[in-house]
Amino acid sequence: MKILVPVKRVVDYNVKVRVAADGSGVETQGLKMSLNPFDEIAVEEAIRLREKGVATEVVVVTIGVQAAQDILRTSMAMGADRAILVKTDDTLEPRAVANALKAIVEREQPGLVCMGKQAIDDDMNATGQILAAKLGWPQGTFASAVTVADGRIEVSREIDGGTEVVSLALPAVVTADLRLNEPRYASLPNIMKARKKPLETLEAADLGVDLASRLTVVSVAEPAERKEGIKLGNAAELVEKLKTEAKVI
Amino acid sequence: MTQIEREEMEFDVVVVGGGPAGLSAAIRLRQIAPDASICLIEKGSEIGAHIVSGAVIEPRSLEELLPDWRSLGAPLNTEVTEERMLFLTEKRAIQIPYLDRVMPHMANHGNYVVSLGEVCRWLGEQAEALGVEIYPGFAGAELFIENNRVAGVITGDMGIERDGTHGPNFTPGMILRAKQTILTEGARGSLSAHAMKRFGLRKGVDTQTYGLGIKEVWEVPKEKHRPGLVQHSFGWPLDDHTYGGAWLYHFGDNLVSYGFVTGLDYSNTYLSPFEEMQRTKLHPAFREHFEGGKRLIYGARALSEGGLQSIPRLTFPGGVLAGDSAGFLNVPKIKGTHTAMKSGMLAAEAVAEALQTECTEASSLTERVRNSWLWSELRDVRNIRPAFAKWGMKAGALYAGIDSMILRGRAPWTLHHPHADNETLRPSALCEQIDYPKPDNVLTFDRVSSVFLSATNHEENQPVHLKLRNEAIWRTVNHDVFDAPESRYCPAGVYEQEKSGENEWSLRINAQNCVHCKTCDIKDPTQNIEWCTPEGSGGPNYPVGM
Ligand SMILES: Cc1cc2nc3c(=O)[nH]c(=O)nc-3n(C[C@H](O)[C@H](O)[C@@H](O)COP(=O)(O)OP(=O)(O)OC[C@H]3O[C@@H](n4cnc5c(N)ncnc54)[C@H](O)[C@@H]3O)c2cc1C
Ligand SMILES: Cc1cc2nc3c(=O)[nH]c(=O)nc-3n(C[C@H](O)[C@H](O)[C@H](O)COP(=O)(O)OP(=O)(O)OC[C@H]3O[C@@H](n4cnc5c(N)ncnc54)[C@H](O)[C@@H]3O)c2cc1C
Ligand code: SF4
Repeated sequence: MKILVPVKRVVDYNVKVRVAADGSGVETQGLKMSLNPFDEIAVEEAIRLREKGVATEVVVVTIGVQAAQDILRTSMAMGADRAILVKTDDTLEPRAVANALKAIVEREQPGLVCMGKQAIDDDMNATGQILAAKLGWPQGTFASAVTVADGRIEVSREIDGGTEVVSLALPAVVTADLRLNEPRYASLPNIMKARKKPLETLEAADLGVDLASRLTVVSVAEPAERKEGIKLGNAAELVEKLKTEAKVI
Repeated sequence: MTQIEREEMEFDVVVVGGGPAGLSAAIRLRQIAPDASICLIEKGSEIGAHIVSGAVIEPRSLEELLPDWRSLGAPLNTEVTEERMLFLTEKRAIQIPYLDRVMPHMANHGNYVVSLGEVCRWLGEQAEALGVEIYPGFAGAELFIENNRVAGVITGDMGIERDGTHGPNFTPGMILRAKQTILTEGARGSLSAHAMKRFGLRKGVDTQTYGLGIKEVWEVPKEKHRPGLVQHSFGWPLDDHTYGGAWLYHFGDNLVSYGFVTGLDYSNTYLSPFEEMQRTKLHPAFREHFEGGKRLIYGARALSEGGLQSIPRLTFPGGVLAGDSAGFLNVPKIKGTHTAMKSGMLAAEAVAEALQTECTEASSLTERVRNSWLWSELRDVRNIRPAFAKWGMKAGALYAGIDSMILRGRAPWTLHHPHADNETLRPSALCEQIDYPKPDNVLTFDRVSSVFLSATNHEENQPVHLKLRNEAIWRTVNHDVFDAPESRYCPAGVYEQEKSGENEWSLRINAQNCVHCKTCDIKDPTQNIEWCTPEGSGGPNYPVGM
């Protein structure tokens, strides 16, 4: 079985973003970019399934700018076998990304699409679900554990206050949650070897799918600044403050 | 400990450190030896992530390295348009007249204000385009020594747990074999220190001295932005015996680079370079530049201040030193970028020759350096910084004027550096406490909120990369005699002294906050703090603009 892992290049989680002066979005120019952490987990899971003998090949794909090949190299350094860059300079909504991914799925015919539950830049949590719907495949979202057997995949899902286990017929779409695994380091020897693994580049326009945007960002704002906390001496003082200042009791 | 199996890879040349020196060396090498395989490692998570600099740079070396730099899109966009040198008293600022004659080294006509981190990212792209393999996120942890010569480097192990055991993700470092290793780690590099010790490279030269630069980048309202304005100051708030001063450069899109350099030979244990930097912003000559603005980035880094007298032997069997690792900084100019680049280029030329002639030592480097403009430039200014140390800031400035205007740098004497920076602190009982103003959170800030703006991160489970070699010495020397100077000089608030019992004190080390400036490694009175390279990628993540 082949596993397809869609991955996204996002502003690194260590970086503090800043809202553009005109409120149209965040400044991303010159910021450190890296592989979306949930996608890193998805790549790790796919590699583990291959190492267990469940899968035979792990293919990573990203839809993005030329520079996004760095995250494909990182994924291959972790252990993915080959990569596809679908090149575009446009910013895509999940619907468009799902359209592009559907075209790639039709081309690659994977038995499983394993991807991140959300990208940490826009936090949409949508691409996997839209893709499953478009393909007409079953979906297992927020996966915290998976097992593959007899043409089915069992997915433990983290839901409010517990775990739900679903069993899906393959092919299926699974989206990875934080606790699915702890991704391995891309070691230096593997990064060196990954430079020689195949990376294919396609033009997004050549896929012949609808990549148009439908959403408009109205404005982006910084979170309100939090007031500094104060230390109170005793419970009576607290009750007093809650009454007179916070006016909640 | 059990022997670790390490993978190996072989290159013609390994470069350690992706600053201006290392990148220029790599580029030059591919230009003259296009078939040489070159691997460059950088401990920051990407090229530029650990670079802190002013920076007003002279384009001279860039012109020699990549004459087409303009069409290649080098990010040198703000030319210096206006400059001032101010002598500060508490309330006033006196502008030094005829700057280009009195302090010719401070003249900046034709120079550019840049984000050096951005310049390095661009140099990295040029190097990759020429076929240099660049691996950010990997620190050189040890020299790889074989048959008494350096035969490459070993990268750091990853995934070691805090207690030293191998975690589930343990990944051993690898051996990068090289015929020649170029060490360009910047000031106080750890592998460079090892090489100097092992091969006796510092024999017969002065000790290296340092300064600590602490920097902020501000975004200011458009109407207040004066791109190309360069302002330096000396005098207040430092006393006459402490070397240092502030800089302020307007550049880019409404950005202001501001910072403060303190000579690490300061003697008052109560001095805090961080607070000096903060309070200088309140001086009328600086304050107006920040009003209505917002602080975006914070960082700190040591720079070498020894000059020519402190440059060690540059070659050893299997490798060379270049850039600030060797101390190629023009101190009175506070410029080390063009010198780092030039020394990297010369190192590449010597290394290329050694590869071709199959010599283990690139010995021609010494001659090449002595015959270049780099050497004469550093020779002409060699007495200025030691004069400040010897006679204080005012008399030192006078000497500097005479040295530059009348002697034109050709004085028949050379002033030396009598003390290493760790030997200059006076016991707290003999020092005056300094009453620093509390942060107002508008113009001035505390360390915690500052470090937050350096985006510093270290994988939290790794062993602590800063250690006391001997805890008892910390108590009897650092605490009892000097009243914990590390709690003041560390710009990241890594060190805090804590009461651990009745009359019992201990040192708390918040290693995760470390911005890799190397000051503790330099200034600790008994050199009792051990600075090991942490897991690759750890440390600050300075964005473009720094
Ligand atoms: C609560 C909520 C409700 C929403 N409702 C709607 C709605 O009803 N209708 C609607 O149209 N929009 C809706 N949106 C908005 C829409 O989903 C966004 O427009 C979209 O731009 C988000 O992109 P993302 O990058 O965050 O994708 P995400 O869906 O967050 O990305 C998830 C995963 O998809 C994969 N992926 C994403 N991008 C790429 C890429 N370029 N290449 C390869 N793999 C990739 C990665 O594996 C990634 O981890 C909603 C958003 C939210 C948060
Ligand atoms: C505050 C300040 C202000 C300055 N202002 C100016 C100015 O205005 N103009 C000017 O021209 N110069 C200025 N300088 C000096 C200039 O920045 C330096 O001289 C120059 O950057 C030195 O270049 P380098 O390549 O030798 O070292 P660095 O720039 O320090 O680069 C060394 C690189 O090596 C990496 N590294 C170190 N050790 C290892 C290891 N073991 N493994 C892997 N990677 C490693 C580091 O992360 C870093 O990226 C200033 C310096 C400072 C600190
Ligand atoms: S711990 Fe040392 S190297 Fe790290 S920031 Fe503090 S003084 Fe600098």
